[in-house]
Amino acid sequence: MFLLKVNNIDVFYGDAQVLHQVSLTVREKEIITIVGVNGAGKSTLLKTIGGILKAANGEIWFMDDRIDLLPSHQIVDKGLIRIPEGRKIFPTMTVLENLELGSYLPKAKVKRSESLEKVFDLFPVLKDREKQSSGTLSGGEQQMLAIGRGLMSLPKLLMLDEPSLGLAPLLVKQIFNTVREINVQGTTILLVEQNVFNALDMAAEGYVLENGRIVLEGKSQDLLTDEYIKEAYLGV
Amino acid sequence: MTLPGIPLLLQSIVSGILIGGVYGLVAIGLTLIFGVMKIINFAHGSFMMLGMFTTYWLYVLLGIDPYLSLLLTIPLLFLFGLLVERFLIDKILDAPEHNQLLLTLGISLVIENLALFLWSPNFRTIDVSYANKATTLGPVMISFPKVVAFVFAIFLTTVLYYFLKNTDLGKAIRAASEEKEGALTVGINLKKIYYIAFGIGTACVGAAGTVAAPFFYVSPQVGGVFVITAFVVVVLGGMGNFLGALIGGLIIGLAESVGAAIIPGQLKQFIIYFIFILVLLFKPAGLFGKANA
Repeated sequence: MFLLKVNNIDVFYGDAQVLHQVSLTVREKEIITIVGVNGAGKSTLLKTIGGILKAANGEIWFMDDRIDLLPSHQIVDKGLIRIPEGRKIFPTMTVLENLELGSYLPKAKVKRSESLEKVFDLFPVLKDREKQSSGTLSGGEQQMLAIGRGLMSLPKLLMLDEPSLGLAPLLVKQIFNTVREINVQGTTILLVEQNVFNALDMAAEGYVLENGRIVLEGKSQDLLTDEYIKEAYLGV
Repeated sequence: MTLPGIPLLLQSIVSGILIGGVYGLVAIGLTLIFGVMKIINFAHGSFMMLGMFTTYWLYVLLGIDPYLSLLLTIPLLFLFGLLVERFLIDKILDAPEHNQLLLTLGISLVIENLALFLWSPNFRTIDVSYANKATTLGPVMISFPKVVAFVFAIFLTTVLYYFLKNTDLGKAIRAASEEKEGALTVGINLKKIYYIAFGIGTACVGAAGTVAAPFFYVSPQVGGVFVITAFVVVVLGGMGNFLGALIGGLIIGLAESVGAAIIPGQLKQFIIYFIFILVLLFKPAGLFGKANA
């Protein structure tokens, strides 16, 4: 059964069209990835799914509801959570306050202490730093906080926008492992990455976005051995 | 320039701190709105005037004590601010800054001229029995209504601080002022936060108007007196900085009052603008602002 279905959306910034007829399907419990270079429209696509940008044409469905006309807070309330590129944590607020805000909406708030425990299990370092203002965290810790804050919102589908951006290789590996663990625990993942090999390696299926169009899609294993992908993205 | 005697100096320090609390409350409303919405609200002074007139009419028509009328002016001004945001400011949030400026200035012109039309430009005072009550502490005379105004200003500031620090809604307001996209991703409805923040900012300045009414004249253009000062306070404290606005209010209150004791006559405003220019030149982010803010 599909969890998220994007049907032929067009998105514009002013007069400039950024996404052309983009479609994708995410089924429950899967990890799906969208790969592409900087400027391909990956973040735009996630922002549109999250309701921050609006599609000019096309539809977006989440479970049984059409969501492309809803404001972002109603989309979050349905359990479609986006972890934005660049983390977008609240820098002068403490780690704990950031996490609490993840459970701002009523449904998530009811489970706040339970969710907090889970997040601290997943990222013990956040527990150690809970009273610290989050702007003082390292880049890796800030990414963990952003993911933790997203988990506090009780995601059914977690969309991650370049979680590896700007992190040292060891941390990248750790973040990817965490994403896999979150998936094993039952959350569906839609991962946007420039780190094409790692993303495809982890995902069941992948989409390749170029200049606002889906140019390739398929099983990750097939994409990894695809000649075009190898040449254009993996450099082999 | 003459050096004041010690008693006069003490007197001006006390008066300065007391009025500084009120400046602080006016400035906190302004800085909260700016911090959350990045709107410079030129209608702030007319909102203060509405707070003063609400108090005035409640006293004159219904005999309600000015301090008791806080229970009405705060919710009324909150609601008024909320509606102004919802139906006017909301439309220009994404517009260029000069359009926003023109709108808030326009709102203030409409409100002030409506007040002139309805209530005449006369200066009115609220003739409560305690208007001129004062106690002396050594050489210093302490005006009762100014002390009450100061206490209310500090009390309301503390309540607001607690609200922003400890409640979910308060945290959401801070989140929205720090990181809009982050706020959207956790499901904060920014439109709602905006009208609530604007309502709170309006309630702050309305409450400041109420507590100032027993010792200040009430007239349609009274808001300008306080709000020009409040702009200086907001810049001094760092735009959008809550505690900076309170401390800035006290500093400006002191500077104005002590300045008036040192510099003769009408020049007391000079001190405020002198500080304003110094801050803009040497510390443009304010005393408590971040360098890159």
